[in-house]
Amino acid sequence: MIKILYFARLKESLKFSSEDFQLTEHIVTVADLMAHLSARGDAWAALFAGKTNTRAAINHALVETTAIIKPGDEVAFFPPVTGG
Amino acid sequence: MTVRIQTDDFDAGFELNQLRSQRPDTGAVVSFIGQVRDLNDDKDVTHLTLEHYPEMTEKALQAIIQKAQASWDIFDALIIHRVGLLKPTEQIVMVAVTSAHRGEAFHACEFIMDYLKTEAPFWKKEQGKTGSRWVEAKESDNAAKLRW
Repeated sequence: MIKILYFARLKESLKFSSEDFQLTEHIVTVADLMAHLSARGDAWAALFAGKTNTRAAINHALVETTAIIKPGDEVAFFPPVTGG
Repeated sequence: MTVRIQTDDFDAGFELNQLRSQRPDTGAVVSFIGQVRDLNDDKDVTHLTLEHYPEMTEKALQAIIQKAQASWDIFDALIIHRVGLLKPTEQIVMVAVTSAHRGEAFHACEFIMDYLKTEAPFWKKEQGKTGSRWVEAKESDNAAKLRW
């Protein structure tokens, strides 16, 4: 099981901010998870399919989509940051 | 190193005095303050809301200061970033760096801001007279980071 968090525009458009998610043998990397999420419907596809600018963090550190997800990880998805 | 995320405003003068008086071999203090503008992309802004990723934000900012410390001979660094609802002319962020001489502090302060803009998990949502919109990330901010 992993925890997935959504922030900012993603949270707003998906209408929730977190979920517990069961990894499968087909979901190894962040890109795999994004492909899985994008199949949930149009709102999801808009954020996770193809060339998206959605960013990811694993356990509070920014990662590339090639990063590997392990059970127990906290995976967060969000748009490019706009602080400062 | 000090990193603070807060909804309340801060007193930049007080913070600078605290930082610069720590050690007598400090010869330079460089600081940056960012504040809310009433205009962005030609649209009126009445206020903005800053969201962040609480468990990640402090770690991300500390990592940015550590990168600066690895590149320049600085004594100390401070980052204060506000979250929540902010109105035009309110302070959003303060970065301050101390060093023996100005060159190191100037570079490190600018480096910290460029990385904060592109790696720290904050998101701005603007509220204007016609509605609200998420602020888009700027390519120029990425370019500013890549020059280091």
